[in-house]
Amino acid sequence: METSKISLVSKIFLFIISCLFLGSLFVPMWQIDLDAPQYPEGLVLKLYANKIGGDVEIINGLNHYIGMATLHTENFIEFKILPYIIGAFSLISLGLIFLNNRKFVLAFFATFVLFVILAGVDFYRWNYEYGHNLDPNAAIKVPGMAYQPPLIGYKQLLNFGAYSVPDIGGWMLIIAGTLLFYIVFKGFNLFKRKQNI
Amino acid sequence: MKNKFVQAILVIAFGSALITSCKPKSSGDAVSGDAAEKAYVAPGKYDEFYNFVSGGFSGQLSVYGLPSGRLFRVIPVFSVDPEKGWGYSEETKPMLNTSHGFVPWDDLHHTEMSQTNGEVDGRWVFGNANNTPRIARIDLKTFKTAEIIELPNSGGNHSSPFITENTEYVVAGTRFSVPADYSNGDVPINTYKENYKGHISFVSVDKTSGEMDLAFQILTPGVNFDLSHAGKGKSHGWFFFSCYNTEQANTLLEVNASQRDKDFIMAVNWKKAEEYIKAGKGKKQKVKYAHNTWNEHTHTAKSEMKDEVLVLDASELKDICYMIPCPKSPHGCDVDPTGEFIVGSGKLAALIPVFSFDKLQSAIKNKTFEGDYGGIPVVKYEAALHGEVQKPGLGPLHTEFDGKGNAYTTFFVSSEVVKWDIKTLKVLDRVPTYYSVGHLCIPGGDSKKPFGKYLIAYNKITKDRYLPTGPELAQSAQIFDISGDKMKLILDFPTIGEPHYAQAAPADLIRNNGQLKFYKLDDNKHPFATKGEKEAKVVREGNKVHVYMTSIRSHFAPDNIEGVFLGDEVYFHVTNLEQDWDVPHGFAIKGANNGELLIMPGETTTLKWIPDRVGTYPFYCTDFCSALHQEMQGYIRVSPKGSNVPLQFSLGTNLPATK
Repeated sequence: METSKISLVSKIFLFIISCLFLGSLFVPMWQIDLDAPQYPEGLVLKLYANKIGGDVEIINGLNHYIGMATLHTENFIEFKILPYIIGAFSLISLGLIFLNNRKFVLAFFATFVLFVILAGVDFYRWNYEYGHNLDPNAAIKVPGMAYQPPLIGYKQLLNFGAYSVPDIGGWMLIIAGTLLFYIVFKGFNLFKRKQNI
Repeated sequence: MKNKFVQAILVIAFGSALITSCKPKSSGDAVSGDAAEKAYVAPGKYDEFYNFVSGGFSGQLSVYGLPSGRLFRVIPVFSVDPEKGWGYSEETKPMLNTSHGFVPWDDLHHTEMSQTNGEVDGRWVFGNANNTPRIARIDLKTFKTAEIIELPNSGGNHSSPFITENTEYVVAGTRFSVPADYSNGDVPINTYKENYKGHISFVSVDKTSGEMDLAFQILTPGVNFDLSHAGKGKSHGWFFFSCYNTEQANTLLEVNASQRDKDFIMAVNWKKAEEYIKAGKGKKQKVKYAHNTWNEHTHTAKSEMKDEVLVLDASELKDICYMIPCPKSPHGCDVDPTGEFIVGSGKLAALIPVFSFDKLQSAIKNKTFEGDYGGIPVVKYEAALHGEVQKPGLGPLHTEFDGKGNAYTTFFVSSEVVKWDIKTLKVLDRVPTYYSVGHLCIPGGDSKKPFGKYLIAYNKITKDRYLPTGPELAQSAQIFDISGDKMKLILDFPTIGEPHYAQAAPADLIRNNGQLKFYKLDDNKHPFATKGEKEAKVVREGNKVHVYMTSIRSHFAPDNIEGVFLGDEVYFHVTNLEQDWDVPHGFAIKGANNGELLIMPGETTTLKWIPDRVGTYPFYCTDFCSALHQEMQGYIRVSPKGSNVPLQFSLGTNLPATK
C-alpha cells in the first residue's frame, strides 16, 4: 500500500512541532554556565533567538582582564534573522499539515538538519573568534591560552569551568527535530516491515 | 626510712589531689563533651540564627551568627565609623544630626526586632541612644541605619526601644528625669522633687515603610526609668516600665536611691492613652528635636527639625498609669510569651517577684490601692503578685523565655543563669557564667514565639577569658544549648563594646526577606549620580568644585584632574558602576580631614575635601576590588588661587600640558 499522504498522528505531531518552534522564540535556546570558587552562585550566559541574556555585564567586566571583546546583542546579525527563520519553520510545519505530502515533510526535515549544522558551525565560529581574538594590551596574558568555550559540554577556562548546553528553547528544537524524524521514517514505512510479518 | 618519706609525700599528693578534685566546678571547665560539635558550623555553611547585639559605648550594632558566634558585620548607628564613611560622607552626616548639632558618638544599649502578631518578623531592628536620647531603625534588607529620631524632654534614653506586638509603638522611658524642655531648666538641682519630671515617649512606626513619628509622651513624676517590655496577648495594650530612685534623690544615688525597700514597675495602659489623645487631652508643648531619614533612592539622609510634642499628664488622667511595688531597685522588666506574667528583677534582691496581669486588672478594678505616688495610684504588692521565686541567686537582672513554660534569669552578683518554671516558680537548673553576666537573649525570647534552642549570656564586666589585650579585656558572650533539661555551655565568643541586650531571629527569616545585593544603577536618584563613564565630569560653581566620578574595576573616571585652586571646596561624588554582588569600591585622598568613602555597587557617595596646600594629590581605591586594584588610582592638581590653570579632566589620554 503506497501513498504519498501522511497519517493523522503525523499531522498532530506537525502541529506540536509548529508550536515548539514558536514557543522556542520566547525562552533561552542555549546556555553557557560559568563556575568558579569565588562565584558560588555561578555566572550564566543565556542565548535567546533574538538576544544575549544572563549576567552579560558581569562577564564582560571579567573578560576585560584577558582582553576578550565584550558581548553585545547588536553586534550579531544572527539575532536579527534567527527569529524569522524559526518563525518560518513554525509556519512551514503548520502548512505541511494541509499540503499533506510526505515528500515535503522529508524536504523540510532535510532543511532543518541543514539549519542545525549551519547554526552549529556559526556558533563554533563565534566561539573561536571570541576565544582567540584577544587585545594585545590585556592585563592578563597566559602564553598559549585561548578562551574558546566548548560547542557543547564542559571545558576549563583558567579558573572558570564552562558548561555549554541547550536551554529550554534548544530542547524544544531537539524535540521538534525528533518528531520530524519520526514522521519521515514512519511515512516511508521504515517501521512497517516488521508489522507486515 | 627513705621509703616512708616517699609514702608520706605520696599521701600528701594524693590527699591534695582529692581535695582539689572535690572543689566545685568552676565556669572555666563547665563545658560538656559535645560542645564543639553543637557550636560548629562548617566552612561554607550558614548559621541557624542571626544575632543582633548592641555595641554599648561603641554606639554600633554588631551582627553575629548563632551557634558559631562568628562576627559578620558591625552596622554603624550612633557613632561615626571611618571604615564605612558613616558620618564622614556628605550623605550620612545628616543621620547624626540632633537639636544639639552633629553628635559623632552615642551609647547604644538595647536592640529590639520588629514584630507582627507578637512574633519576630525580620524587617527592622531598633536601637536606643542612651546619651543624647534617640531611637534608630535599622533596615534588615540593607543592614543599614534607615532612620534616627531624637526624643525631647529626656535624659538618658534607657528603657528603650521596646515595642508593642505589632510594632505599633517603640517606647522610650527617660533614665534621668530632667526639667522638661518646654519648662525653664535653669533651676537649682536641689529642687529635683518640684522641677524634675519623667517623660515616656511613644514613637509610632508606619506598618509598611517603618517610618517613625513621635506620637505622644506621658508626663510622670521624676524617677529613673530603667527598662521596659510591652504586654502581649491578653496584656496587649499595656506597657511595663521598671523604675528606681523613687526616693527622688539627686545626689549620691548609690546610697540615696537605695533607701526604699520597694520601688515600682509602672504599668501603662497605652490604649487608654490613645483614647485620651483622640479626645484632645494631650497638651501641645514647644520642644526641639531632629528626625533623620535615609532615602534609599537618593542614597542620602535628610535631617528635619521638629518643634512640637503632645504630652499627656499621668497625674491628671488617673487611669493610664499604675505603680506596682517591686523590691530592691528593679532593673529588668520582662513579660512572658503568654502575656500573663510580668517578671520584675530587683538588682539588689535575693528573690524574683512575678506579677500576674489578671491579678493586676482585678486590683485596678477593685481599687486595691495602698495610696498614690505623685498622683499615680499604687497597687498593693500582694494584690498584683503571682508569687516570688525563692532563693534563685543574687542580683537578678534580666529574664527571657523559651516558649516551653520556662524562664531564664541572669544574676549579676552571683554570676549565673538560672532556669525556673514560670507557673510553679521552682528553680530547675543553674549554670555559672565566668563573668558578671548582664543581658541574655533567646532567639525570639521576648516575643510570643520564642525559638528555645540557644541562650546567649552577655558580660557586664570583662574577665580574663581570652588572651589578655592590655588593661581592657575582650567583651564577651557565652552560648548555652537549652534544648534539653539542663543548660549546656557550648561556646564563648568575643563581642564589641559592652553588649547590652540582643535579639535573634532564624536566619532564613531575614535572608529571604528580599535582601538587597546591590543598588540598581537605573534606580539611582542621587542628584550627583554619574551613570556611565561618558557622563563623568568636573564642574566649578564659585569656589566649589564638583567631581562627577565613576569607579569600576579597575579605574576611576576621570583619573587626572587639574584646575583646582587653594581655597576651593572639592566634592568627589563617586558612583560605583558595578552591578555585581559584593564589589564595593573605596575612595581616599591624601590629607583629607575626613574619612574614606566605601561605595556599594550602584551607589553614589560624596567626600568633601578642602586642600590645604598647593601640590598634586593622589587618590586611590581603598577596598581591594580586583587583580588590578593597586592600579586603581589617580591625581588631582591644586594650584595657587588666581592661577590660570584651566579646569580639565581626563582618563586614558594626556591632555596638552598647561603651566
